[in-house]
Amino acid sequence: MWAWILHRISGLGMILFIAGHVLAGFGIQQLGGDWAIWYNTIYESLYFQLFIYFCVIFHAVNGARIIILDTWPALIKFQREFIWLEWAIVLPVYALTAWIMIQRSLGG
Amino acid sequence: MKPRKVPTPGWNFEYLMWLFTRISGAAMLLLALIGFVGALIMGARYHMDLGTLMRWTFFPNPNHVLNSDIPDIAPWANAYWQIMQLLLVFFGATHGFNGLRLVLEEYIHSWGWQLALRLVLMILWLITLGAGFFLVLTS
Repeated sequence: MWAWILHRISGLGMILFIAGHVLAGFGIQQLGGDWAIWYNTIYESLYFQLFIYFCVIFHAVNGARIIILDTWPALIKFQREFIWLEWAIVLPVYALTAWIMIQRSLGG
Repeated sequence: MKPRKVPTPGWNFEYLMWLFTRISGAAMLLLALIGFVGALIMGARYHMDLGTLMRWTFFPNPNHVLNSDIPDIAPWANAYWQIMQLLLVFFGATHGFNGLRLVLEEYIHSWGWQLALRLVLMILWLITLGAGFFLVLTS
């Protein structure tokens, strides 16, 4: 159940904020809007990056699980193991990324 | 209560989008892998940190690697990466806006409002595609 909810939240987070990022990039390059610079400053801040990186990594790995189960439906009997494997991939990858980002932002 | 409108089996919009979501998802994962491996081949181990490499993997735009020690930006800004970016923009925007449509359609049930929703989303999708394509080709 959590996989479903997180997949939905991470998907919504990505489409809303990344579409905003694309439009802000366009704004900075073409329209010269201050809103665009404000948006990208928030987008590139550490806290936001920590959030969006989790969204991308989780949504991608969980999405891969969904694609695999949709292609080979007989594997559904291993759903529980798939969820364990998924967290075993997402958590270390995200933890490493977050650790490096935080380290960089604190130390430079 | 009116019964829920269920898509019929066969080739229709819902089935096509269901397929597209899976295929575009797998395609984006493949494009990310190609970007990641390409960056390593071009020497990313010596010129950038993991965060920059991941930014490049998510979207191979030269603006994403400006804060690294790359000696020459040209291999990172050529047409090959531009084509990859265009593919990613198309797959990503369509995959994402379709997802948004699915989530919103779970809460909006009247067919008239669903049509209005699809129109609004399609306009936003086209604007995002346009902005994305323009940015890729001019940055």
